[in-house]
Amino acid sequence: MRNLLEVENLVVHFDTDGGLVEVLDDVNFTMRAGETLGLVGESGSGKSVSAIAVLGMIRRPGRILAGSIRFEGIDLLRLSEDEMRRYRGRRIAMIPQRYRTALNPVISAGRLISRLFEIHEGCSRAAASRRALELLDLVGVADPPRCMQQYPHQLSGGMCQRVMIAMALATSPRLLIADEPTTGLDVSIAARILELLRDLSKRTGTAILLITHDLGVVAQTCQRVAVMHAGQLVETAPVRELFRSPAHPYTRALVRSIPRIDVEVKLEPVPGTIPSLRHPPTGCRYRNRCPHAMEICQHDKPRQAAVGLDHEVSCFAFGEHCDAAA
Amino acid sequence: MTPLLEVAGLRKSFALVGPKTWAARLRGERPAVRAVDGVSFAIAKGETLGLVGESGCGKSTVARCLLRVIEPTSGSIRFAGEEITALDGRQLRNTRRAMQMVYQDPTAALNPRLNARRTIEEPLRLHFKMTSAERRERLNEVVAEVDLGADLVERYPHELSDGQRQRVNIARAIAAHPSLVVLDEPTSALDVSLRSRIILLFETLQKRLGLSYLFISHDVATVKYLAHRVAVMYLGVIVEEADSASLFAAPHHPYTRALLSSVPAPDPDFRGERLMLHGEIPSPTNTYAGCRLQNRCPLAQAGCAEPVPWREVAPGHHVLCHLA
Amino acid sequence: MTIDIARAAYADAPAATDTAFASFRRRLLRNKLSCVAFCTIVLLVVIAILAPWIAPFDPNEPDANAVLQPPSWAHVLGTDAYGRDELSRIITASRVDLLVPFVSTLLALLIGSLIGALSGFRGGWVDQIVMRIVDAVMAFPAFVLAMGLTAAIGSSITNLILVIAVTQVPVYLRQLRAEMLREREMEYAQAAQTVGNPTWRIVFIHLFPNCFTPLIVQATLAMGYAVLTLAALSYIGLGIQPPDSEWGEMISEGASLMVTGQWWLSLFPGIAILVTVLIFNLVGDGLRDLLDPRMRGK
Repeated sequence: MRNLLEVENLVVHFDTDGGLVEVLDDVNFTMRAGETLGLVGESGSGKSVSAIAVLGMIRRPGRILAGSIRFEGIDLLRLSEDEMRRYRGRRIAMIPQRYRTALNPVISAGRLISRLFEIHEGCSRAAASRRALELLDLVGVADPPRCMQQYPHQLSGGMCQRVMIAMALATSPRLLIADEPTTGLDVSIAARILELLRDLSKRTGTAILLITHDLGVVAQTCQRVAVMHAGQLVETAPVRELFRSPAHPYTRALVRSIPRIDVEVKLEPVPGTIPSLRHPPTGCRYRNRCPHAMEICQHDKPRQAAVGLDHEVSCFAFGEHCDAAA
Repeated sequence: MTPLLEVAGLRKSFALVGPKTWAARLRGERPAVRAVDGVSFAIAKGETLGLVGESGCGKSTVARCLLRVIEPTSGSIRFAGEEITALDGRQLRNTRRAMQMVYQDPTAALNPRLNARRTIEEPLRLHFKMTSAERRERLNEVVAEVDLGADLVERYPHELSDGQRQRVNIARAIAAHPSLVVLDEPTSALDVSLRSRIILLFETLQKRLGLSYLFISHDVATVKYLAHRVAVMYLGVIVEEADSASLFAAPHHPYTRALLSSVPAPDPDFRGERLMLHGEIPSPTNTYAGCRLQNRCPLAQAGCAEPVPWREVAPGHHVLCHLA
Repeated sequence: MTIDIARAAYADAPAATDTAFASFRRRLLRNKLSCVAFCTIVLLVVIAILAPWIAPFDPNEPDANAVLQPPSWAHVLGTDAYGRDELSRIITASRVDLLVPFVSTLLALLIGSLIGALSGFRGGWVDQIVMRIVDAVMAFPAFVLAMGLTAAIGSSITNLILVIAVTQVPVYLRQLRAEMLREREMEYAQAAQTVGNPTWRIVFIHLFPNCFTPLIVQATLAMGYAVLTLAALSYIGLGIQPPDSEWGEMISEGASLMVTGQWWLSLFPGIAILVTVLIFNLVGDGLRDLLDPRMRGK
C-alpha cells in the first residue's frame, strides 16, 4: 500500500541576520493513510518547520535546499503556488499552535467555518451554515447553535481548539497537522481534545501528524512516533516499541527525564544543551550530549537502520553496543 | 513547632464593574469574582507544599496575596509567627526579603535593561548594607548555587537562553537568604529537557539551603516529584489536601481523581482510572450553594447542595466532599 | 510565521555572541538616509555655534549702498531692505531657530514624561484629573494656544521657550502614560515589587527607562514642529522681534516685497526651515527603526 506522505532527505535553511541557520538536516519520515504519527522534539528540533514544509509555506528567509515531500505520490515541492493551493487547506489541513491568535477575532465561529464550505465547495450560505453546525457537533461542542454566534474572545480555550479542529476538518482532508494542540490548555480540557482527535481519526480516516514535545500526549494518542533532535530525525517506531525499548540515546534520555505520576522514577535530565543550529556539530548533532559518542559520530551522519519491525534509528552506536548501554 | 507559613481563611474578591453589574448594584448586590474563597494551609520549614489546579482555581491569586502584591479581602497570613496582612512600609520590606517568588515566564520577569548581575544584586542592595566587594562575593556564591556560568553575569536577558534566564530568576530569589520561595509555574514556559534540570535544581537548593517552597503548578507530575504535601484547588477552595504519596496513591475527591486521570501518562499501555467531569469550568462569578463541583460531578447527588464538610479520611489527608 | 520559526529555531541555543552594540551599529549604518540627516544636524549645530565667525557680514549692520540686491558674488544670498546681508542673517538666525526648539522640546519632554509616568503608575483619581487637564490643554489648537500665551506674557526668548514647551507637554505626557500603563503590568514590574523595591524605585529605575525610548523618537520629530511654531509666531509678529534675525520673521519681512520681485528674501529662509524640519524628521524615522526592539534580531 502506498504511503500517504513521504518526506525524503529534506534540508531546510534559514538566512537570518545572525547567520545561516540549518534548521532541517536530511529529514526522512513516512505516514500511512489514517494513522496518527507523533513528531516529538524540543524547541529547535525542527518539528514545526517540517510541518510548514509539508504545507509548502516555507518562505524567505527560509529555503528548501534539497529533498522531496510526496503526498499521495505527488512531490509537493515541485508544484507551483497555484497547484499547491489545491492541497493546502483542502487535502492537507493544519491546526496551528496558538489557537487564540489563529482565529480572526472579528468573525463569528460559525462564519469562520461556513466560509470554508462556501469557498471550497461552492455551497450556498444556508447550506454552509448547516454543514458548520454538523461539524461543530462532530467535534463535541456542547451547544452548537450558540457557539456559531459567538466570537473567538467569547470562547474558552477548549472551545477555540474545537472550532479550529472543525475548520481543519471542513474540507475532509486526508492529512491533518496538529501543532501542539494541547499546549496552553488545562489538563482536563487537553485530555478531551486528545480524545476527540483519536475519535475523529478513527471515524473519518484522516491521518494526523501530531507535533508535540509532550511524550505523555504521544503515548496516549499516536500509533507511531518520530523523534527529532536539532533538525535531525533520530528515531521512528510504533508507540509501544518506542517506550518499551527506545533505541536512540536521545530518546532514552528523554523518556528518563519525565516526571510521572503513575510510577516512582528518578529524574534524569537530558545531558548537555540543545546545539546551536547556526554552527551545528558536524555529523550526528547529538554527539556532544551523547554518552556513547564515538569517533565516527563526528565525521559521518548516521543513516537510518532498522532495529525492529517498523522501528528505525539513526545512530552509529546502535547495533554495536546499544543493548549493553543502560 | 510553629510552621513557617500559616494561612487561614484567606479570601480575595475582585469587584465586578461594568454596565451589566449596574442593575445588580441597584438591587443592593455586590457582584464580585470570589477568586479565593476561604483557603487555609500551612508550610513547615524545609517543606514543599504543592498547589495544583486548573485555570480559574485561584492558585495564582493565593500567591499574589501571600506576597502582598494584591491585598487579601480577609483572612490571616502568619509568616514566621508574625501576622503580615496588616504590615506595610518598612516592616513589609523585611518580610519581602524572607519570602520570594520565582515567576513563570523567565523572560518577562527580567528587566530587559538590566544585566544578570544587576538583577541578582538588587535584593542585596535593597536589604543589606554591603560593600561592592561583599556583593560581588555573594553574587558569585549564588551564581554557583544555581549552576549559571560566572561568565554570563554581565549579559542581558536577550543574550541568554531560556534556561539561563530562569536560573537568573532563581538566583535573584535566593540571593537575600529567603526562608520561603513561592514557585509560580516555574517550569511551564520551559522546554521539556530543561524542566527536569530546573526541578532538580530546586530540589538541591531546598536540601542545601533549607528552603520552604509553595510550588504552584498545573503540571501534576512535577508537583508529585517535588512536593511533600499537595493541596488541590478548584474554583477558589482547596478540595483535597494530603501528603504527596497519599494523594497520588488514593485520591478521594472526584475532582482530584478526574484531574489525575486526565494527565497523559508516557506509557501507551497505561490503563488507569478514568473519571470524567462533564461540562467546562464554570464562571467564577457564580455563587454556590454547597459543593462547587455539583454541576459537573458524575457522582453528584441531591445532598451535595448542602454546605460541604472538610473531613479527614486518613491521617493528614483531608477532603472537602460529602461522599468522602 | 516563518520568521517566528527562525527566531525560535535559534532562540534557545546557547546565547548569541552578538553584543547589543554591534547590532546597534549594524542597523545604524544600514539606514543611510538617516545617517546623512544626522550628519547634517551636526553640521547645522556647528554653523550655529560658529555663526559670529562664519558670517561674512554683520547681520545687523545696515548698508545703504547695497539695498535690495539680488544674489551676487558679493552677497551670496542677496540683501534686504536695509542692506543687511541675507546669508549672514540666515546663519545668525540659525542660533535662535535651533536653540529655542531644542530647549523647549527638552523641557516639554522632561516635564511631560515625569508627570505622565507618575500619573500612569498611580492611576485612580489622580490620573483622571491629570488627564482632564491634558484634554483641556489639547482642546486648543497648539498654535492658537502659543499665540495666546505669547501675547499674554511677551516674547522674550525665555518666554518663547516656555510657551512652545507648554504646547508640547501634553503629547509627551500622554505617550509616556500609555507606555507606563502597559509596562506596569509586566511581570518584571511585579518582580521588582516582590524583591522589595520601594515604589519610587520601581517607577523610576525599572519602568521609566523602558517607557522612555519611544519618546525620544517623538521628540526628534516634534523638534521640527517646534521650529515651525517659532517661525509662525515670528511671522505674525509675536515671536522674535526685530532687529534680531529669525527665519520666520525674515519670511514675513520678505513677503511684502515678493510682489515687487525680490524673491530671495522669503525663499532662502523658507528653504532653511524646510531643510531643518526635514532632517529632524529623517533622524526621527531612523531612530525609530533603530530603537525598535522588534527589529533587533533582523
